[in-house]
Amino acid sequence: MTLLAHTGIIFGRCLRSTLRSKTNLLFGMLQPLLFLALFGPLLTQLDMGVSGTSWQTLVPGVLVQLALLGGSYVGLGLLMDRNLGVLDRMRATPVSPLALLLGRTLRDVVQLVAQSVLLVLLGLVFGLRAPLLGVLIGLLFVAVLAAALSALSYGLAMNVRTPPEFAAIANTAAMPLMLLSGLLLPMTLAPGWLEGVSRAVPFRYTVDAVRQVFLGHYVTTTVAVGAAVTSALAVLCLVGGARLFRRR
Amino acid sequence: MSSSVIHLRGLTRTFSLSSGPVHAVRGIDLTVGRGEILGFLGPNGAGKTTTLRMLTTLLPPSGGAAEIAGHDLLRDPAGVRRRIGYVAQSGGLDPACSVREELVTQGRLHLMSKAAAAGRADELAGELGLSGLMERPTAALSGGQRRRVEIALGLVNRPEVLFLDEPTTGLDPGSRAELWDLVRRVRAEHGTTVFLTTHYLDEADALADRIVVVDAGRIVAEGTPAELKRRYAGDPDASLQDAFLAITGRTTADEPLAI
Repeated sequence: MTLLAHTGIIFGRCLRSTLRSKTNLLFGMLQPLLFLALFGPLLTQLDMGVSGTSWQTLVPGVLVQLALLGGSYVGLGLLMDRNLGVLDRMRATPVSPLALLLGRTLRDVVQLVAQSVLLVLLGLVFGLRAPLLGVLIGLLFVAVLAAALSALSYGLAMNVRTPPEFAAIANTAAMPLMLLSGLLLPMTLAPGWLEGVSRAVPFRYTVDAVRQVFLGHYVTTTVAVGAAVTSALAVLCLVGGARLFRRR
Repeated sequence: MSSSVIHLRGLTRTFSLSSGPVHAVRGIDLTVGRGEILGFLGPNGAGKTTTLRMLTTLLPPSGGAAEIAGHDLLRDPAGVRRRIGYVAQSGGLDPACSVREELVTQGRLHLMSKAAAAGRADELAGELGLSGLMERPTAALSGGQRRRVEIALGLVNRPEVLFLDEPTTGLDPGSRAELWDLVRRVRAEHGTTVFLTTHYLDEADALADRIVVVDAGRIVAEGTPAELKRRYAGDPDASLQDAFLAITGRTTADEPLAI
């Protein structure tokens, strides 16, 4: 059997487990949803120095935020499985070790994209208008970014011992990265130095690209750079995640 | 077909800690015959679990060679995994999963088709008295029921060797006796070799054909329970406890080695 078939087995197991815990699904969505509902209306009258409506700026930011936060915390679940011995039990079977990582990551991508679709629909209710093709391309960006962060998060979870240790590292990394990528407000508002620093954060390019496609601009340098940076990040994180995952 | 199913030569494992190297397993030579129930005994920190984790491919050895169920541990770990069952001390059940979900998934992890995995799950449930518990989440099982499910998971692929790490720790006397019967039955009906670690001497006495005592990462004694009692306690009617203490030379175990 191929790696793909093995990944499918693990994916199925993880997806069933996700669907069983409906509270988790809901709470994972709650935070971006609140940003949309309680923060979004504050921006409608502001000039953010970008074209399009404030919703075309905020919704892409909230989508990337969901992938960033949702993706980086998935390792907690793996850590629980490790401590329960579930992971070792599976590692002692002939299923491909890489599939144990990829199946989980695929589940996370599906979950985060499903949540993103709900967020976009909610955005439509608030006043978001964006071309369908743009939204679909935007979701593709979210999917690739989610895969990258999920794999990296699992790699981290294999190399720490306790959930508090994991949460401290994930939190410390995610928070500044989130602020620096201009997810909630575009970096066009930032002073020069902050704008400069944000150029070092890869998610910055992802969110800029998603904002462009939400405006219906598909063939621009920003989109191309966003696609290149996001894909490169995904390759790096998947390879790194797989190495860290194998280490133990 | 060879009559031995586990063959270890000079197996070692050293952990590098910041405080310096820890030699958890210092060179184990051991041959286990097909269909044998082997009790792997030792005080806490003797290297029992480390050895078991190496034999089940979860931990790469630092040195030595091992062949398990006809597959080389270092060159063909996937081959070893196909032919063994492993029940860890922690069991490895997902508390939210139903018994059926766990059994069917385990079959799928052994690369069975969906239909074959479902059939095998029902078959094992029948054999191990789990049929009435199939839809129950594993969190809602009693300690003895949990252990039976965990052993069923280890048997999904009809393994040649079943590794059990302290299988009755935490069970009440009735559940322990039930589990011993189950292990004997698995061997009698399927010829399965059982490699079990324990620090309960009555368990080794009741269950094992042969006992291997490890201490500080080395084998320090080996024989049938009766031989060990005669040789080390000087009396075949002595308790295995007396023999064990004579072998390991201490009344209380050293501090466990935390790895």
